[in-house]
Amino acid sequence: MTTKAFQKVYTKIDNITKATITLRATGVGNDELATVGGRLAQVVKIMGDKVTLQVFAGTEGLATNSEVVFHGEPPVLRVSDALAGRFFNAYGEPLEGGEQIEGEAREIGGPTVNPFRRIQPSELIATGIAGIDLNNTIVSGQKIPFFADPDQPYNAVMANVALRAKADKIILGGMGLTNDDFLYFKQVFENAGALDRIVSFVNTTDNPPVERLLVPDMALTAAEYFAVDKGEKVLVLLTDMTLYADALAIVSNRMDQIPSKDSMPGSLYSDLAKIYEKAVQLPNGGSITIIAVTTLSGGDITHAIPDNTGYITEGQLFLRNDTDTGKVIVDPFRSLSRLKQLVIGKKTREDHPQVMNACVRLYADAANAKTKLENGFDLSDYDERALKFAHDYSEKLLSIDVNIEIEQMLDTAWSLFAKYFSKGEVSIKQELAEKYWKA
Amino acid sequence: MKTLGRVNGIISNIVIAKVDGPVGQNEICHVYCGDVRMMAEVIKVIGDEAYVQVYDSTRGLKIGDKVEFEGHMLEATLAPGLLSRNYDGLQNDLEKMDGLFINRGSITDPIDFDAKWAFTPLAKVGDKVSAGAWLGEVKEQWVMHKIMVPFVMQGNYTVKSVVAAGEYKVTDTIAVVTDSDNNEYNITMVQKWPVKQAIRCFTDKPRPSRVMETGVRAIDTFNPLAEGGTGFIPGPFGAGKTVLQHAISKQAEADVIIIVACGERANEVVEIFAEFPELVDPRTGHKLMERTIIICNTSNMPVAAREASVYTGMTIGEYYRSMGLKVLVMADSTSRWAQALREMSNRLEELPGQDAFPMDLSAVISNFYSRAGLVKLNNGATGSVTFLGTVSPAGGNLKEPVTESTKKAARCFYALSQGRADSKRYPAIDPLDSYSKYLEYPEVVEYLDEHIEKNWVESVYAGKTIMQRGKEANDQINILGDDGVPVEYHERFWKSELLDSVILQQDAFDAIDANCPIERQKMMYNMVLDICRKSFDFAVFDECSKFFKDLIYLFRQMNYSEWKSEQFENFRSQIEALVNSKLAK
Repeated sequence: MTTKAFQKVYTKIDNITKATITLRATGVGNDELATVGGRLAQVVKIMGDKVTLQVFAGTEGLATNSEVVFHGEPPVLRVSDALAGRFFNAYGEPLEGGEQIEGEAREIGGPTVNPFRRIQPSELIATGIAGIDLNNTIVSGQKIPFFADPDQPYNAVMANVALRAKADKIILGGMGLTNDDFLYFKQVFENAGALDRIVSFVNTTDNPPVERLLVPDMALTAAEYFAVDKGEKVLVLLTDMTLYADALAIVSNRMDQIPSKDSMPGSLYSDLAKIYEKAVQLPNGGSITIIAVTTLSGGDITHAIPDNTGYITEGQLFLRNDTDTGKVIVDPFRSLSRLKQLVIGKKTREDHPQVMNACVRLYADAANAKTKLENGFDLSDYDERALKFAHDYSEKLLSIDVNIEIEQMLDTAWSLFAKYFSKGEVSIKQELAEKYWKA
Repeated sequence: MKTLGRVNGIISNIVIAKVDGPVGQNEICHVYCGDVRMMAEVIKVIGDEAYVQVYDSTRGLKIGDKVEFEGHMLEATLAPGLLSRNYDGLQNDLEKMDGLFINRGSITDPIDFDAKWAFTPLAKVGDKVSAGAWLGEVKEQWVMHKIMVPFVMQGNYTVKSVVAAGEYKVTDTIAVVTDSDNNEYNITMVQKWPVKQAIRCFTDKPRPSRVMETGVRAIDTFNPLAEGGTGFIPGPFGAGKTVLQHAISKQAEADVIIIVACGERANEVVEIFAEFPELVDPRTGHKLMERTIIICNTSNMPVAAREASVYTGMTIGEYYRSMGLKVLVMADSTSRWAQALREMSNRLEELPGQDAFPMDLSAVISNFYSRAGLVKLNNGATGSVTFLGTVSPAGGNLKEPVTESTKKAARCFYALSQGRADSKRYPAIDPLDSYSKYLEYPEVVEYLDEHIEKNWVESVYAGKTIMQRGKEANDQINILGDDGVPVEYHERFWKSELLDSVILQQDAFDAIDANCPIERQKMMYNMVLDICRKSFDFAVFDECSKFFKDLIYLFRQMNYSEWKSEQFENFRSQIEALVNSKLAK
């Protein structure tokens, strides 16, 4: 970072804590960036002439006489079409060398879209995965996370979804990504010949955790450039938001804030909402869709991070290992896409909503039968049939390796109904059953 | 002379200002950041330092920046022209804002000050009036909007003059009143009121005695909401709080509906923006938007304004109540409001209560709920504000502070259960945990006797017992196995399933089933109850479950059919035939 001629350089720091420094300075704006001993820092508190800065990379090795230079502006990202195909760090600097991007400097974490100017999302995003398209249809402008255990292949599923989704731009915000996963993403995108559509902002596990806090804002500032200025359909992938929230907790702890549930800051809900609410369908046809990953610890969704996320996002997708078929499936009970009502049966075939519900209901009956079986009770004929249905349903539709069109998914479901049940047992609106029942 | 201040400290959206004169608690001020003028509210004063929370981002604000104090609290502007508008939490009209983004310090007029209204006088010269008295009226959409003596005018006045019927702007003087000392006061059609104070221009606040119909069977039949009553809907995410609230806002039998989207998703508000102008109120034939006001502070809008949004909504509700109207105020979600209080209290370094919420959370919530109610106005007319809030309990745990505090304040409790939502039993209102205290009110019992049928409440309790016994039977079946219990247990369980499937479950996305008028509810409920009271002959449990599954299938088709249509009657006779075939001899 070069210093400009007129900038005042401070060389006397009063306090140094693990993450912050405090010094006496004047004319400083709130949220402004500064360089402290060569490291980036941001103003977080001003009391009279005492300015407290949060040093992203930590304060190890800083001395009271380290040089402090204020930049006079909050964090910015230079935006232009040249962003496409590039990889950046959390500060928006190109990784692996390469030239700086020329372009307009945009403040990250900018203002909110006026809700009245938003358009109701109505465009389906087809992924070919029936566990998503059939049961939990995703719509452009939606925000939806995968709730997954750390050992599940969420990054692979997400990369798949991103590539099939036919977006104009894919923006990857990686937080605490292992280097292996980072290389995986890079390779998958490269193999698909999609690198020119991808912009990546990556904070790997090698980088200081607090830096992660900048990644979503960087990614979304780039997304807004393509969606708002260029009218493009942008898909933003954020992985892993749990690590982002952990970084928030670290900062709030070092700022002596009183923690609320699970040691998370009291503002967790608002902090996460500021990110997810950037998902939008715009009147110019552009859109920002956010698919995120929130890793769970031991599948616990009542923990503050998944819990607050669930209240913000428009549904969630659960991955589960199905022991019957040995495949990873999208759990039909716990997954939900709130915006599916806007497209199913409207943009898709009329029988979609009822077929979807009937499948889940019958799958629930199978789950009950399974419990009975485990408790050593006899199964009725219906229970037996429900179990067989569940096996086929899981293999042919729920499994994440399925890749078919939505009509095909519906037809598959109807043929499974006919194979195992009577019309009365499936209990679908009569007109639909008459039209689609596969005798 | 306005009190002025200079910024002397900034912690996130709390600004500490050194002031040169008097400041009041909760006084509104403006903080200048370059050319941007941001609204803020005083939340603490220590010596000559005022702590203000800024309703916007403080990015770039510097020490020494100017602060201007306005000498009044946060006020709502009350006048004709509020209906069908979309406001932010501070009553800025979102529609009037330029550009795609809401820029800092954006301020727009809450009403159209140039519009003319056809005024008809109601008061005569010489009338004795006081605050809230009706001086005249204008037609706003299809509501007769009363022009009242401003609520801030204390004491008694005499009408000196009233303008003749005609077209006037809201700022034109439409009447002159005098006090006992013959001082004259000009009255216009617009007035202001501090949102955090209740409007108390009424003589009496009787107990609610009428039921507000919502078209949702699980509410109207099982746990009715009273007109002027309060209720809340707690539920984990994905349990269908918002879908339920939207259904109620579309169907409720109210003159004015105020929807406060408080710290929730923007796309949900967009849904209302997109749907309401198209939808027609079945009772009046008018567009739903014409009776609706939306106050929208979505989760990414400034946190401090989130707190203000619920008060702004309630104040506008009380304003329309004073015109003798039936108002329904809904807030989704009050937990977000409580969280805003928590963030503030945290920044002020107050000692926290449970889960880091402020200690007075419970008092703040019950104080807010108490602003709802049925009132008898000074002129004998009645008006009501019914309040329905949602609560988003952390981790779905109903023992958390916001749910507990709300439970103390609200009279109806509609608990949404994760289990029901998982098995797609919507609305996921738990039939056993939920309650309506209004069923215990003799006034309400009497009202239901008259308006639905004699001994209705007894029938409701009979239904609840069926649900309870069904659950117990199911528990036994699960422990002992299908064959381990007598067939009667299965019958008991399946009767509760019938009641659940036909009455409690409802398809909010089906054009016909979504809204079930009370007449239809009564008929369906009696039909189901009738079957539940009969004894049947089943040899084996399989026969029992098959019978009830077939029955549920037919009833579902009936719920999807136009009321009393040929199709509907056809299913009804099929049900009767099926029932008769299995009756105990």
